[in-house]
Amino acid sequence: MSIDHRTEGSVAKPRLTPAPPTGSYLGMPAFPKGVKKELENQQLRRNLRHATTTIRGKRALRAAEVHDWEELRVAGEQIKNRVGRHLDHYLVQAEEAMTRAGITVHWARDAEEANRIVVEIAKSKGTDEVVKIKSMVTQETELNEALEEAGIAAWETDLAELIVQLGHDRPSHILVPAIHRNRSEVREIFLEEMGNWGTPAPPDISDDPPELAAAARTHLREKFLRAKVAISGGNFIVAETGSVVIVESEGNGRMCLTLPETLISVVGIEKLLPTFEDLEVFLRLLPRSSTGERMNPYTSIWTGVTEGDGPQDLHVVLLDNGRTNVLADPVGREALRCIRCSACMNVCPVYERVGGHAYGSVYPGPIGSILTPQLRGVASPIDQSLPFASSLCGACNDVCPVRIPISDILVHMRHKVVEYKRKTHKLPTGESLLFKGIGWMMGKGQRLAGAQVATQAAARLMKRRKYIGPLPIPGYPSAWTNARDLPMPPAQTFREWWDAREEQR
Amino acid sequence: MKPGDGKTVALFATCINDTMFPTTPQAVVTVLERLGCKVVFPKSQTCCGQMLTNTGYYDEAVPSVRNYVRTFEDYDYIVGPSGSCIGAVRHQHPMLAEHAGDKALKSVSEEVVKRTYDFSEFLVDVLDVTDVGAYFPHRVTFHPTCHSLRVAKVGDRPMQLLRAVKGITILDLPDAEQCCGFGGTFSVKNSEVSVAMATDKARNAVSTGAEYVVAGDNACLMNIGGVLHRGNTGVKPIHLAEILAQTEEAAIA
Repeated sequence: MSIDHRTEGSVAKPRLTPAPPTGSYLGMPAFPKGVKKELENQQLRRNLRHATTTIRGKRALRAAEVHDWEELRVAGEQIKNRVGRHLDHYLVQAEEAMTRAGITVHWARDAEEANRIVVEIAKSKGTDEVVKIKSMVTQETELNEALEEAGIAAWETDLAELIVQLGHDRPSHILVPAIHRNRSEVREIFLEEMGNWGTPAPPDISDDPPELAAAARTHLREKFLRAKVAISGGNFIVAETGSVVIVESEGNGRMCLTLPETLISVVGIEKLLPTFEDLEVFLRLLPRSSTGERMNPYTSIWTGVTEGDGPQDLHVVLLDNGRTNVLADPVGREALRCIRCSACMNVCPVYERVGGHAYGSVYPGPIGSILTPQLRGVASPIDQSLPFASSLCGACNDVCPVRIPISDILVHMRHKVVEYKRKTHKLPTGESLLFKGIGWMMGKGQRLAGAQVATQAAARLMKRRKYIGPLPIPGYPSAWTNARDLPMPPAQTFREWWDAREEQR
Repeated sequence: MKPGDGKTVALFATCINDTMFPTTPQAVVTVLERLGCKVVFPKSQTCCGQMLTNTGYYDEAVPSVRNYVRTFEDYDYIVGPSGSCIGAVRHQHPMLAEHAGDKALKSVSEEVVKRTYDFSEFLVDVLDVTDVGAYFPHRVTFHPTCHSLRVAKVGDRPMQLLRAVKGITILDLPDAEQCCGFGGTFSVKNSEVSVAMATDKARNAVSTGAEYVVAGDNACLMNIGGVLHRGNTGVKPIHLAEILAQTEEAAIA
């Protein structure tokens, strides 16, 4: 790696933090193209298989030992449905409760507004750096780059998020963003990059995980102690009390939530829970579904400012960024129940083989394939391909702690993509003509029987063959036969066999 | 007295079996008649419409729903040898009728759906049999298929039926419940991922030492079998119904 990342990218001024890869998510190729690189990477396939299999097993174990797990899932579903149904009410209630407790509440319609609000608060504190708790929503708004533009360095403090940031990389998983990296790659990144941005890694560091963790701890310590402002997301906001909740594993979150004077939390509007009691359901569902633990190591709940203890200036930015559009869709809105546990991607056979980057979205895997095209719309090639990035096996539905019918919503979104193309394309696509023809054919038994004449003719033509090998016909024929033989259709269909049998009787 | 005596079954062959794998619905006829059922094959039948629905073509799938309802509404038992097609009928037809804005179609569809059974469900739940008098002296491994498990929700019924087959050796398939990568048009729209999944499934099937990989769905078997055949593995795909249709008498004769 000879590129000087400090000056890389379109901005000529030196980077304050490691530059992420160039290009935007929306500019990424459609899923079927994006997966090629990943599928060829044997190391990645092995890393992913090992990691997802392990975590999948842990989740299954932890879910199975709760005798009322299914009831708990139903409760989670119903509480979140209630939030969606009365979102207007709970948002106002939450704002009032938070304000009463001393939190300044901001409203952001979209990513740009949210980023502007955060940048302004940080600037008003006269700081040129912030520490961050791992947060999906600030990935969604690309806050780090907005801060960088404004001359403020944003430091990720979650270990895996730090690996991603130092590696000039993108997260590939919502819970373990560096799942695509193994320990020797992490060692290389630490050795090469840490010194450029703060305390370097010890030159003789090995790829032993405790040593790597110790290097990260030392590197982050000075940033924790120096930072005046911290930025977080939020797992839940309790509307009744105005309490904000963050669950985490490493304790870096607790550092960010207690050391700096100012704390800004960016939270999606769907993250509300009506009452404090509702946490009982989610604090059981979430850790068991995500890390496969009975409890997560750190749960932080804060209700406004406590004088002389912790941050004295608290802000919450409530973000829409497409969520109200999702809520308006009676089928798609069920995706808003998501609590970002990642169980769906850990169990997904497609994710297991391609990883998170090919999804072109901060939310990869099954949930990303239904949420992202709803939040961003279906105008771009990547968003149009996401609902199709699934075999509809349904494994995700069964593990979702809030019972999101992911495969039904995938199909619903496929319908939306087809409708969108129908409206925006001047000419019908080849696929739409093909399916129109099939639809017509399946309308009547005689029509299907008529079409079967063709398959039988092919069978008679190649009567000695039992299988068809590679076909050099572009499109679906070669897509099937490149790696799979296709059985020859039989000379006699079932309906013909039936007729012949009836005649003999 | 046979378990099927007095029962008339309308066979839903499914379009793919009718066209590509006729020996499977033939086997269903053999087993059901052996158990005493009267089997009819309403010739106006076509397809469950799943391929259209799951590719996003709702409007185009509605004629399949209408045709299914018209074809089968007069029968008490509608039986098909596919967890996926049966699952699609039960799970998607009322939704498609609603999409078409046809309340009458939706209400009839909701009734017809209740009388629609996967072959394994009909045997175990309605006829209350697991031993259908089958004989199959071979080593097999069983792939449960995603839609049989998670849409039609047939549970362990296929396995109950297999265990009762005389002479059979059932070998455990590693990662049995993971998808084979077929997924309808997924297999051609995302063929590379699909093949990666099918290759793992085929490798697991070969690792068992089985002669046959068994499933309740020929679409999945076409996918797994395609990889098995390309790799000259010698492991053959076979539908559950075709195992259940074989008897000791037939084997000796």
